[in-house]
Amino acid sequence: MEILAYLIPVSLVLGGIGLLAFLWTLRNRQYDDPEGDGQRLLAKDWDNHPRP
Amino acid sequence: MAAMSPSVSACPACVAAHAAEAVAAEAKAQVRAGFVLTLPTAHCAVCIADVERELLLHPGVRSARVNLTQRRVSIEAGPHVTADELIARLAGIGFPAHELDPGALSVTETDRQGRDLLMRLGVAGFAMMNIMLLSVAVWSGAEAATRDLFHWISAMIALPVLAFSGQPFFRSAWAALKARRLGMDVPISLALILSASMSLYETFAHGEHAYFDAAVSLCFFLLAGRYLDFRSRAAARSAAEELSALEVPRALLLREGGEATVAVADLVPGDLVRVMPGGRMPVDGVVTDGASELDRSLLTGETLPVWTGTGSVVSAGEVNLTGPLTVRVTAAGRDSSLHRMADLVAVAEAGRTRYTSLADRMARAYAPAVHVLALSALAFWLWQSGGDLRLSLNIAAAVLIITCPCALALAVPAVVTSASGRLFRKGLLIKDGTALERLAEVDRVVFDKTGTLTLGAPQLANLDDHAGEDLALALALAKGSAHPLSRALVEALGSAGVTAATVSNLHEVAGYGVEAIWRGSRVRLGRAAWVGAKARDMTATWLQIGEGAARAFTFTDRLRPGAVEAVAAIRARGLSVMILSGDSDGPVAALAAELDVAEWRAGVFPAEKAEIIARMADAGHRVLMVGDGLNDTAALAGAHVSISPASALDAARAASDIVLLGQDLAPVAEAMRVAQLARRRIKQNFALSIGYNILAVPVALAGLATPLIAALAMSASSVTVSLNALRLK
Repeated sequence: MEILAYLIPVSLVLGGIGLLAFLWTLRNRQYDDPEGDGQRLLAKDWDNHPRP
Repeated sequence: MAAMSPSVSACPACVAAHAAEAVAAEAKAQVRAGFVLTLPTAHCAVCIADVERELLLHPGVRSARVNLTQRRVSIEAGPHVTADELIARLAGIGFPAHELDPGALSVTETDRQGRDLLMRLGVAGFAMMNIMLLSVAVWSGAEAATRDLFHWISAMIALPVLAFSGQPFFRSAWAALKARRLGMDVPISLALILSASMSLYETFAHGEHAYFDAAVSLCFFLLAGRYLDFRSRAAARSAAEELSALEVPRALLLREGGEATVAVADLVPGDLVRVMPGGRMPVDGVVTDGASELDRSLLTGETLPVWTGTGSVVSAGEVNLTGPLTVRVTAAGRDSSLHRMADLVAVAEAGRTRYTSLADRMARAYAPAVHVLALSALAFWLWQSGGDLRLSLNIAAAVLIITCPCALALAVPAVVTSASGRLFRKGLLIKDGTALERLAEVDRVVFDKTGTLTLGAPQLANLDDHAGEDLALALALAKGSAHPLSRALVEALGSAGVTAATVSNLHEVAGYGVEAIWRGSRVRLGRAAWVGAKARDMTATWLQIGEGAARAFTFTDRLRPGAVEAVAAIRARGLSVMILSGDSDGPVAALAAELDVAEWRAGVFPAEKAEIIARMADAGHRVLMVGDGLNDTAALAGAHVSISPASALDAARAASDIVLLGQDLAPVAEAMRVAQLARRRIKQNFALSIGYNILAVPVALAGLATPLIAALAMSASSVTVSLNALRLK
């Protein structure tokens, strides 16, 4: 059962990273326009290189 | 993108409103370089790309970003760019746009609240996943020290998370308790606190069952319901804010030594104000100078413009059509007829009984039942076990968790969100959360005529009755005036391919019509009395050549697109349709015949409209009122549920529950269909979640509930109601 000593912290850290990533997306206003973001995916404007 | 509605405002009142908006826009552009425009028709990736590209082409525009969810575009631009240029530019590529006042949009506050809820939801979600992971080990038989370890880790995650994520519930439960009420949030908070503290105690005591997973997932599902609820209310509110027109309450005061622009509120009886053509009367008064015609349709529903000259009495809200008028103020502000109408609305709204939504009714019965059940479980087990408080509290906590209205809290918001999202895409804005439920109960529909079933814009009716020469002359004369009838004539004759005759000395006689010289004789286009004709009971303008008999050009009010379909669809649903109009008999009868509506009343006063609606309500009918004018406002507020088009007056929109964003009237019928569907789904959801309770509560009462059963019952019921709500699409 010693494996638990590694696995539990690992799972907690992974979960924590997920949570931090979520908070980052939230602060970065990525949920302001869900519909528009879905549609922008289909636009061909910046397919070859990113928007300058 | 093909079905783009024309952005030309056809009725004179809208022209006036837009003129007011333009003034306000100008004032703002000087101090600000950021704009927010609404784009009611944007709906796809191509729209986004087109709008952003077009705006960036405009010199001075630094950035433009479309928000499709809110149908808005935010623009950053240099100081010399005005909103009107950008709106014109967008109109050029087929996107009607209107400027929004960023100050009036409480975006930041709403954003903050939404993000706050979303953050609590996210934190609860991550905690739930982690605790579930640990709980699976316990459920599958972890023993002794391992189980205790897992319980301790769960507690370490769950307690801070509950303290953080549960705040919205604790706060509203506390508020409810202080007001001596039992809301839904009291049993929720009780379940969260009791289960967390019992589980903590069990963990200390090396107990077998800890409900941390259940407490956190309860919190998560409830927050999900709360967030959905918030989202649909925020969307409705922000769109409603968009609609509140920029009314500029200013008037042109005449005083010794010139004119001055003053606030309407500062006017006192006896003042002289000047009202230019296209402007709206700011006050009640008597005309002392000038002659013109007035459009009173927003006040009374009449489509025929009324002649006005020295000595005529005018009311606030009427629109001046042709010549400048000087008006002596008799009543301003609070005493004006515009305000008296607003008071009428206040009376009607006070009379409207507060509608208790299905969810409220449910909560009212449910919250006490949950408490009684948990309390009696506690009492029974205390007696049964001979005073074992730990066992009894554990069972009471299990009962609270299982009965907790997780699915109930999701049942309504999930359905309302998916229904109002669906209707928003069809161009309907639900302003009030219970509007859909009320709409589903409607058994009678009352329409206003002018501006609702019709666009309030005249359309030439008898083009074929006239000789080519007359048409050419009429066109030449009509071009000399900005009167709505003249413009309609120019439009109709222009598209019929008529070329204007050559006339000389063309001039407008304010309040009467247009006069010119043609081949040496006088030609006139204007009012019946002016050209020696007998007035008829329909909108008409008359052409007279020399001293000959005048010929009438008659007009009908243009039918709103979708009106025929909407009325037909409503009747097909078995509901009775009625038209209530302030207009005269002739046009109303004609419209009723066109729409095949048997029940109609013409010449109805505003107070009478509200009274008719109230009488229907007394007779047990649930009335849907659709209207746009000031004269409808009291009726809109008094009806069971009400709809107004976006072109309606501010007061009318404020009084109604649902706003039609497009020009088309057809979505009204669709709204009724969706409302009934939504109501059925809500009821199904209630049945589903109660069904789960009926299965799980006896188990909990018997003391057989384990955390596994609680988690299963809760997740299964929440997921089922959400899926059932999604079926609405």
